[in-house]
Amino acid sequence: MKLKTNLLGKTYAFRDVKDVLAKANELKSGDQLAGIAAETAQERIAAKVVLANMLVSDVRNNPVVPYEQDEVTRIIQDDVNERIYEEIKNWTMAELREYILDNSRTAAEIRRLSRGLTSEVVAGVCKLMSNLDLMLGAKTAVVTAHCNTTIGAPGTFATRLQPNHPTDDPDGILASVMEGFAYGSGDAVLGLNPVDDSLGSVQRILQMFDDFRNKWEIPTQTCVLAHVTTQMEAVQKGSPADLIFQSIAGSELGNEAFGLTAQMLQDAKDLMATKGTCTGPNVMYFETGQGSELSSDAHHGADQVTMEARCYGFAKRYEPFLVNTVVGFIGPEYLYDSKQVTRAGLEDHFMGKLTGISMGCDACYTNHIKADQNDIENLATLLVAAGCNYVMGIPHGDDIMLMYQCTGYHEAESLRQLFGKTAIPEFDEWMKKMGLITEDRKLTKRFGDASIFLK
Amino acid sequence: MYQENDVRDMVRAALSELLAAQGGSAPVAAPVSAGATLAATTVEEGFCPDVTAVSTKDEFHVPDPENREGYLAMKQSTVGRIGVWRAGPRYNTWSMLHFRADHATAQDAVFGEVPEEFPAQQGFIAGQTLCTSKDEFLTRPDLGRKLNDETKRLFAEKLPKGAKVTIMVADGLSSAAMVNIPDIVPAIKQGLKGFGIDVGPIPYVKYGRVGAMDDLGPLVGSDVVCLLIGERPGLATGESMSAYMAYQPSADRPESWRTVVSNIYSGGTPPAEAGAHVATIIKKILDAKVSGVDLSL
Repeated sequence: MKLKTNLLGKTYAFRDVKDVLAKANELKSGDQLAGIAAETAQERIAAKVVLANMLVSDVRNNPVVPYEQDEVTRIIQDDVNERIYEEIKNWTMAELREYILDNSRTAAEIRRLSRGLTSEVVAGVCKLMSNLDLMLGAKTAVVTAHCNTTIGAPGTFATRLQPNHPTDDPDGILASVMEGFAYGSGDAVLGLNPVDDSLGSVQRILQMFDDFRNKWEIPTQTCVLAHVTTQMEAVQKGSPADLIFQSIAGSELGNEAFGLTAQMLQDAKDLMATKGTCTGPNVMYFETGQGSELSSDAHHGADQVTMEARCYGFAKRYEPFLVNTVVGFIGPEYLYDSKQVTRAGLEDHFMGKLTGISMGCDACYTNHIKADQNDIENLATLLVAAGCNYVMGIPHGDDIMLMYQCTGYHEAESLRQLFGKTAIPEFDEWMKKMGLITEDRKLTKRFGDASIFLK
Repeated sequence: MYQENDVRDMVRAALSELLAAQGGSAPVAAPVSAGATLAATTVEEGFCPDVTAVSTKDEFHVPDPENREGYLAMKQSTVGRIGVWRAGPRYNTWSMLHFRADHATAQDAVFGEVPEEFPAQQGFIAGQTLCTSKDEFLTRPDLGRKLNDETKRLFAEKLPKGAKVTIMVADGLSSAAMVNIPDIVPAIKQGLKGFGIDVGPIPYVKYGRVGAMDDLGPLVGSDVVCLLIGERPGLATGESMSAYMAYQPSADRPESWRTVVSNIYSGGTPPAEAGAHVATIIKKILDAKVSGVDLSL
């Protein structure tokens, strides 16, 4: 392994693999905040050159958090298929990039490759990809998952219906639920971020979602995004849930900040196998986001793209139905502006798919970042072009509980029309049955009229 | 007192005079072109409707809903933007412009600067954190928690040592939130006076984060520091302010040591009302000699 290179008459030397991975990143304010970013544009390219020359084994053998110290590292390393890894360990990272982008590559080949990669390798190859590379690579890496319906099939595009309310008022939540389904949103999941994480409140909302879904025979999934332990308690007490949610991080220390251990996720998955309302086998839902490890001082000096990739390696063990990065939520000290948010969204989607998980994205922004609704529509469009499994849907893009903006209910059908896609097939049929769209998928006058559910 | 309509008429009259003086009320002549004949444009008096005048709870665009009454009732249960209708699959023009106006309000609050003369006008002693620009403030929260050396010297010289209470003001993430200051500061002072507590000169910190109060605390040795700071705006709530209070704050204290009153603005807790509440909490902190989660309110 070489850690030095000459570039444009200058010599660049890097400390170790972690240093190369950090400096090879596209510019991110979070890496600058952590003091690990390349100091010049040229140094960034020098790091990419050194990274491109490294072998897959060099990157695997140098996890950014030591194996002995961290259960996330152990899960990622222990889950590698050693036979597949043997086939690729002597490839350079450049060769890995070109293998993924090769025109003859099939989805099955990428899925097989996934099993031989650690998260550091996934992050490494991401850093050698341009934005369009990330899109094409992700498009090849098709990942489907099944809970009650199948998400991720080519030709389909789904959204999560996110009916958040600042006081969890049941009528207010239900109003947003009706509006969302009237716009053909919610085929990925009907999922609420509750204000009140208490057991009683979570149980009440789970029951309400199940009743509504059953009354209108909607082929989708339901979830209340409380802490994993609260949801488990609700399910144990008989509440109907199709998916169990949890925010996850790329290090054990980061998960501690979420009050989470790997064992909890295993227990939740096992519980859903026997007590969940869904068909399965994919019963878990995770959210992530670049910078969350740094914000809880759990990044171990590693860059935010690598830490994000580790979230996906960790998630993979639990065979999730849904994983999405909440890409613009964290603020400008981690992702400075719409350019960095766009890059991060494409990186995260690509890395998730290359890891082999059903990847979506909450394309969003807060009010203290230089981005607006146009930027987030751009990102959502790029993501659908790249084969993204799902994005969020909220009323008019305005989340009145989390106080940020993301993609609205209207985006679901707009993007399907733009790319000639449908909703998840069973949900698409339901939209036709409800008279929201015609047989040839034209919008009817019922589409967008939530009062059709007032019966 | 003028009625709203009187004011509107006066503005209208003034505007038409202005237009007349500029020849603005006369038809604008179309440029001469070879082929097409363009009709003359007449600039009319009056205003386009204010897209933000109707609240999101009352804004309704669905032309022919199956159950109008039920839909309108449903809208009263949430401030979420529902019943907004569409143009094809896209947003209705008016709800889209309303949303963009609300976001513009938030953006202007964050990226706008507090006028340079503001602290002096309020009689505050003006200082700054280690941040030297708005950009640095947004990307380096660590620097926004530390006063710069000149400010430390100035505050050490001008502020009394060991006061019972120091009120501190910072722009934070909303310059627009400073609109609450002329109402909330006198209300806090008056409330404290009721408890027999006087407040000395008020330091103002440009590019300040909440943690800046931990840097001020040890410098002046006050028993309680109360920081009034602009909150990160939500859509259409650019003026919201928070009051953070701590007993003998310092960088060694955990976040949970702070007591906070948030959502202070005309649409939330009005500043004068919030000021009285804040004064009461300060008194409780002084009596209990603890703050944050350790303080029972």
